[in-house]
Amino acid sequence: MRFLAKIGNIVWKDLVAEFRTKEMISAMMIFSVLVIVMFAFAFKPVGDTIKAVSPGIIWVAFTFSGILGLNRSFVNEKQNETLTGLMLTPVDRTAIYFGKVITNFIIMAVTEAISLPLFFIMFDYGLAGSILHLILIIFLGTLGFVSIGTFLAALSANTRASEILLPIILFPILVPLMIGAVQSTAMIFDQKAFAEFAGWVKLLAVYDIIFLVVPFILFDYVLEV
Amino acid sequence: MLKPSKTQTLLGWVTFIVTMFALYMTFIYAPMEKVMGVVQKIFYFHVASAWNAFFAFFIVFVASIAYLLNKNEKWDTIAKVSAEIGVVFTTIVLVTGPIWGHAAWGRWWTWEPRLTTTLILWFIYLAYVLVRASSIEGEKKATMAAVFGIIGFIDVPIVFFAIRWWGSLAHPEVVTGSGGGLDPRMLHALITSVIAFTCIYFYLLTQGILIERTEARVKSIKNQLRERNN
Amino acid sequence: MHIKPGEFVSVLGPNGAGKTTLLKILTLLAPPSEGQVYIDGRKASQEQLTLRKKMGVISHNTFLYANLTAYENLLFYGRMYDVPELKNRVKEVISEVGLQYSLNDPVRTFSRGMQQRLAIARAIIHNPDILFLDEPYTGLDQHAIKILNQVLSSLTNQDRTIYLITHNFEQGLNMSDRIIILVKGKIACEMPGKDLTLEDLQETYLKCVGEK
Repeated sequence: MRFLAKIGNIVWKDLVAEFRTKEMISAMMIFSVLVIVMFAFAFKPVGDTIKAVSPGIIWVAFTFSGILGLNRSFVNEKQNETLTGLMLTPVDRTAIYFGKVITNFIIMAVTEAISLPLFFIMFDYGLAGSILHLILIIFLGTLGFVSIGTFLAALSANTRASEILLPIILFPILVPLMIGAVQSTAMIFDQKAFAEFAGWVKLLAVYDIIFLVVPFILFDYVLEV
Repeated sequence: MLKPSKTQTLLGWVTFIVTMFALYMTFIYAPMEKVMGVVQKIFYFHVASAWNAFFAFFIVFVASIAYLLNKNEKWDTIAKVSAEIGVVFTTIVLVTGPIWGHAAWGRWWTWEPRLTTTLILWFIYLAYVLVRASSIEGEKKATMAAVFGIIGFIDVPIVFFAIRWWGSLAHPEVVTGSGGGLDPRMLHALITSVIAFTCIYFYLLTQGILIERTEARVKSIKNQLRERNN
Repeated sequence: MHIKPGEFVSVLGPNGAGKTTLLKILTLLAPPSEGQVYIDGRKASQEQLTLRKKMGVISHNTFLYANLTAYENLLFYGRMYDVPELKNRVKEVISEVGLQYSLNDPVRTFSRGMQQRLAIARAIIHNPDILFLDEPYTGLDQHAIKILNQVLSSLTNQDRTIYLITHNFEQGLNMSDRIIILVKGKIACEMPGKDLTLEDLQETYLKCVGEK
């Protein structure tokens, strides 16, 4: 129980700091909406086009704004070397990993919860498919994103140009997640039955598990002083 | 330059002979394909390079794990050199693929699974190289690169399955069961090419490691001189 | 290297001598390339978590979260160290460093001296047996220096072990039982701290460093 409580402590600390300044979450939300608007200019937002491109637009908006938040989750800990302070405390270093994953997940979820409805409103596009299925896909996709994303953010935080390095090392790894998330979302918008995209759900679930377990095993190496 | 060992020189000669043989097999022994003519021969180099592109990354994966387990620099060197060679082979695949594709189906790029996975592999290699080029000091850099090498390699099969399910133009099945669809002589040429390219890979690997070690020696001598003068 | 319980050790040495690296090893942040660390007779590599509870670290970096208040910072670290009766303990340490009126102010509004004082509170909140200090006097104002010295002498009176890395000979001299000089990764010289004059120390230091 103590381990979980300490993870909770880390999450609490990060969320208090974030919601006091709101600097990251506001940037993420604005960026997410901005991306969606840019796409509106890139593709004419009419009927069939929207249907075809909206799953992609949504996930691109989520991942691009998500990366802003990921980067910050470890760069923030460089100020006053708080990361060292954390590593001195009597808790397994993986608590830091899980704490950051949870924090990033929460912040991303909030961003998504606000930008997704905005998307539907801006494009006058009603959600025809099952909202529960959509939530499941967004949950699995976001979880996979923050799991490997937090891990690689910790890795790139060791460099000086972490904002440049992180997208380059993260996006190739995210390819299966993106494909799975976009395909399932498209099928949900098309009101397909769950059985039809269950395969993609399985892919997302497997991806999530692998990229939670492997970072968990390797996290100590990424924090080496 | 540090002297290559006897095995390395032997490897060099073996590689040369096998490659010459493979060239013979490709251009003379294997029959000309009806439709595409001589351009089809690029297929032998394409497949051989593809095999090595992924094999090189597998070596990066193994060397990365070995490095994390015992922090011996030699594993880091192997990973580094293998990655450099892998980038080259991957690039060859990405260049020969479209050339062959255009000759065979009239399209430069189709999003077929194997080629697309190779494209993603190329980006993962690039990311790996960028991690190595970044501003991390010394031993930490080797650790970070090793960690990314492991993550990258684990991702590749998942990428392949995802892209395959995503669906696209089918790559004409080249080698199925008893080698159907291919003239047996073509199959022989193909296997010889793969072996030849693998020899090239190992030869380049040993040469690259030799160069890295020479560089390290020079650096340490420079450091010793610097300390002595202070 | 042996440090006795309750001993006050000062570590001096030129830049690049390895003082920080040694500190990282002693505070269990990094493993030694050779040999083992034992704390309280226990092997550090196997009992990391329990042993970390016994250590407090004050560095020239404060390890404080700038956007959190002093209270939140202490609460956070107190919980990480499983400090019993945390709220009372927070009140105790914050008074000891004289920051009780700034308890609910965000740390980024603090001056350097105030931040370092809060860092002291953070480092001792869990009553560590051993306190490590890495050039803690850097950039401190007089008030903060006074408080740091007060805390150090009170800890010495409670028989805590103190390990101080410093460039300032006078501070190293004042309270140390033993002075260690590190040169190029090795212990070059050692001498008892009591009854040592400043001139003696400076002479020995120059000789010690110049030799290698």
